[in-house]
Amino acid sequence: MAIKKFVVGSFEEEEVLFQAVRKVRSAGYKLYDVYTPMAIHGLDKAMGLRDTSIPTAGFIYGITGTTTALVGISYTLVWDWPLNIGGKPHFALLAWVPILFELTVLFSAVGMVLTFCYLCQMAPFVRKHHFSLRATDDRFVMVIECTAKTNEEELKSFLSQTGAEEVHTQMAETGWWLGSYSRNRKTFENPNAILA
Amino acid sequence: MALLKYESQVRPPIIEGNKTYHQVTEDIVRPVEARPSRLWWIGFLLAVILLCFGIFSVTREVIYGVGQWNLQKTVGWGWDITNFVWWIGIGHAGTLISAILLLFRQGWRTGVNRAAEAMTIFAVMCAGQFPIWHMGRVWMGFFCLPYPNTRGALWPNFNSPLLWDVFAVSTYFTVSVLFWYCGLLPDLAAIRDRAKLKWRKWFYGLSAFGWSGSTKHWQRHEALSLILAGLATPLVLSVHTIVSFDFATSVVPGWHTTIFPPYFVAGAVFSGFAMVQSLLIITRKVFNLEQYITLEHIDVMNKIIVLTGSIVGIAYLSELFVAWYSQNPYENWAFMQSRANIFSPYGWAYYIMMSCNVLSPQIFWSRKMRRNLTVTFFMSIIVNIGMWFERFVIIVTSVYRDYIPSSWATYYSPSIWEVGFYLGTFGLFFTCYFLFSKFFPVIALSEIKHILKKSGDGYKAKMTEAEKETPEAFAHEMAH
Repeated sequence: MAIKKFVVGSFEEEEVLFQAVRKVRSAGYKLYDVYTPMAIHGLDKAMGLRDTSIPTAGFIYGITGTTTALVGISYTLVWDWPLNIGGKPHFALLAWVPILFELTVLFSAVGMVLTFCYLCQMAPFVRKHHFSLRATDDRFVMVIECTAKTNEEELKSFLSQTGAEEVHTQMAETGWWLGSYSRNRKTFENPNAILA
Repeated sequence: MALLKYESQVRPPIIEGNKTYHQVTEDIVRPVEARPSRLWWIGFLLAVILLCFGIFSVTREVIYGVGQWNLQKTVGWGWDITNFVWWIGIGHAGTLISAILLLFRQGWRTGVNRAAEAMTIFAVMCAGQFPIWHMGRVWMGFFCLPYPNTRGALWPNFNSPLLWDVFAVSTYFTVSVLFWYCGLLPDLAAIRDRAKLKWRKWFYGLSAFGWSGSTKHWQRHEALSLILAGLATPLVLSVHTIVSFDFATSVVPGWHTTIFPPYFVAGAVFSGFAMVQSLLIITRKVFNLEQYITLEHIDVMNKIIVLTGSIVGIAYLSELFVAWYSQNPYENWAFMQSRANIFSPYGWAYYIMMSCNVLSPQIFWSRKMRRNLTVTFFMSIIVNIGMWFERFVIIVTSVYRDYIPSSWATYYSPSIWEVGFYLGTFGLFFTCYFLFSKFFPVIALSEIKHILKKSGDGYKAKMTEAEKETPEAFAHEMAH
């Protein structure tokens, strides 16, 4: 939860954006984020982001589900109340495969989605600063953080040279807060309002 | 202009009208922002009336018991389980489109996946009603759950296909909802950011979970979608396999068949695609989305219908062959007398099934027919009638004449309340679908944008120009 200064540039074409990301990074500016209306494959690599660990998390949740099912069924049908069904074995692993599978999938899917929401800090009523409303429509919005060393004017002209159509400065809250989208609160003017 | 994405010219464009990103947003969000048309209201009210009739029928059944239905001594499963299997089969096409085609990298799925996934969810909701209310004492439904109870240490039987079904269908529903909603998040955010009205800002702000379109979020979102698709693919196969186990693991002649799992899955995809066609032919027309759900989409889906219809046909013939080859008198009786004999009491149902499912879809070998909307719409209804009769034939003809000829005189036909329950699920399905089409974008906005620059017709034309360059220059341009 901090209010920082950002230089925001909007791009119209992905091709130009890719080049700009490369130039901004090699010029040593602090690339805060790029907001795009759809997934652009390779942009994460170009920005130097590391791979996501969601698949690993999904695997761990999955085996948790398998184990839960196996332990649960073994407990009920073998240990707690073994029923003699035509002399068949109590530990009937093959007959449990469907439920082992279903719980694996269930745990993995639910766990991954919750992890996704947690990592992206997403939930109902969560509100974040949006640098440009067109970032969900047709613009690719590159946001560069101004540090103490950054020369703002220089950065703005640099960004225009890389192909950004519109460049401006914004003060923005970096974290999230609770609120409704119907009230257009300018939180950076009233920092106390953030702690809802 | 450098090309960022390239797609072979063999593939026809699947987004027509030379769109830009902004036009895509406009076209797809327009139905959500516009006031509902009179046609929408008429359809919605009809659906609600059907739903009310269904609720009334079910209420009678709860008050007076399952005796309100014409189920009797040997026909313990009738319309209810037929409808259950039918609805759940319809759901399968949505998952096939959204998950399996995602794994196969089929770009055309983006035009139809959102509506098809919604169809899946609503169809599974309808399917779930039947086993639930069939229980009779529905307030005892929680007995299916394993919990330390006060009735002694009684646990559900995890070796039973009926309990597998409980787990399979509820998992399927949960995973489908998660998959669908995660895909919706960016699109809801797009509506939120365009919203002018206060309630719309509030509603879409709430439902978009604060999605911003950050690259890191997109990276996670893509990974999540891919893994969920990877999970949903075996899941959807498992669900109808387990539904088929309800029959296949019993020892009833006509049910006790190892061919059931693949045969049921193929049939499910078959009827599901037919339902997708029925819904989307109307949706694209009403919402003017012909440039996104193109004839190409209709054509491809008709190809899947003729493929799966033929698989189902082979399954029917294999069943007959194996019944004869087994030389088991009971198997032979179930297939040759109760079903394939047109003069037997339910022979008519068997031949409706055969003609609707196996013969009539063969029309789609013709490209002209595959691209004819009237024929496609008519066939989609025929296929769903045929698939309903398939389940009816499997269930009722196997049990209406059991081993004791003295109980043969009873001919099962449904009561008005059984029919009302079935109609009620149509009401539920269409009420949900109408609400969905009003409040959510029926086409996956961000996914269409994702493929626009390689499958949009304007961009395809540019690729043709780029291909005229020398290979070296082309390769240089592709390595952006």
